[in-house]
Amino acid sequence: MSRIRSIALLISAALACVSFMLTAGSATRAEPSVSAMQGLSAWEQVYSVLTHPRCINCHTATSYPQQGDDRHRHFANAVRGPANTGVPGLNCSSCHQKANADSTGVPGGHNWHLAPLSMKWQDENDRPLSSAMVCRSLKDRSKNHNLDGPALLKHHEEEALVLWAWSPGRRPDGSMRTLPPLTHAEFVAATRRWVEAGMPCPAER
Amino acid sequence: MATYRLNINGRQREVTTDPSTPLLWVLREDLKMTGTKYGCGISACGACTVHVDGVATRSCVVPVSMIDDRPIVTIEGIGADPVGRAVQNAWIDKDVVQCGYCQSGQIMSAVALLKRRPDPTDLNIDESMGGNLCRCATYVRIREAIKSAAKQVK
Repeated sequence: MSRIRSIALLISAALACVSFMLTAGSATRAEPSVSAMQGLSAWEQVYSVLTHPRCINCHTATSYPQQGDDRHRHFANAVRGPANTGVPGLNCSSCHQKANADSTGVPGGHNWHLAPLSMKWQDENDRPLSSAMVCRSLKDRSKNHNLDGPALLKHHEEEALVLWAWSPGRRPDGSMRTLPPLTHAEFVAATRRWVEAGMPCPAER
Repeated sequence: MATYRLNINGRQREVTTDPSTPLLWVLREDLKMTGTKYGCGISACGACTVHVDGVATRSCVVPVSMIDDRPIVTIEGIGADPVGRAVQNAWIDKDVVQCGYCQSGQIMSAVALLKRRPDPTDLNIDESMGGNLCRCATYVRIREAIKSAAKQVK
C-alpha cells in the first residue's frame, strides 16, 4: 500500500515539475486557473488562426504584403514602406478604405496597414514560423508594443483589423473570402484560456 | 441611389448615384471630368489616380460612398498646387509623354511623392511610382522629370 502511495506521490511530483517548466518565464506568476496543458492546447487554436491567410498575409517578414488564400505577393507592386502603410503615391489607403468595398472587391478596415516586422509570423521565404516561434514572439513585450496578457486578449477581442478577419468581404469576382478556422468568439475564448494559463509556449521541435 | 456632395478641386459638386459607384465613374460620367483615365478597373495600373485628402488614390476601386467630406484633387486641378505645377512643367520640359493615356495618373502619383519626399532617391521613385504602368515605357523620362521637378520645388 505504501509502495502504491510512493508511486502516486512520484507521479504527482513529476506532473508538478512539468507544469512548472511549461509556465516558467510566463508573464503571469499567480496560480493559473487553467493548467499549462490546457493553455498549450488553447495556444494551438490561437496559432491556427494567426497563420490563416486572413491574418498572416499582413504579418510578412518581407517588404511586401501578401493576398489570397495562396498567400501570393500583393499585386500592383505594393510595398511595406517605413511606417508599414506603403509609400507616398502607393499607400495602403490608396485602395483600402475604412470598410470593405464589395462592389470592387477591395477589402478595407480602419487604419489598414501591415503588421510591423517585429510581429512577423513568416520567414523571409514566406513560410509560416513555427508555433513555438510565433508564441514567443507574440508575448515578447519588446516586440508586441508592450502588451501583457490581458492587453493581448483585448487586442484579439477588439482591434479593428483583427475583427476584419471574420468580415473580410467579397473578392473581385464576387465570391466571399474564406474565414479563419475558428469563430471570433472561439478565438477570443482560446486566447483567454492561454492567457489564464500563463501564456505557455510549446517547445521548439 | 443617394446624393453626395463632393469637394473636387476646391469646388462643391453634387451627384446622385448608386453608393457603390467607383469615384472614377462619378468623375468621368456624371461630372464629365475625363482627365482621369480608366485603365484596368482593378487598381493595378494607376491610370485612375486622384488625390483624396492628399493621398494618391485609385479612383476605380473606391466607391463614392466612402469619400465622405475628404477633398478630392484631380489632374484638372493639380496645376493650382505649386508642386503640381512644377511636376507638370517638368513633364513638358522633359517631353515625357508618348501616347499620354497613363500620364494623368503618373503625374498625380509623382506629386504625392514629392509632397512627402521633396528630394526622392531612385529607390523612392521606383517604390512610389511602381503602381503606375506605362505601356509606352516612358519610365526613364518620368524619373528625369520627377528629379527635375524636385529641383524646381526646392
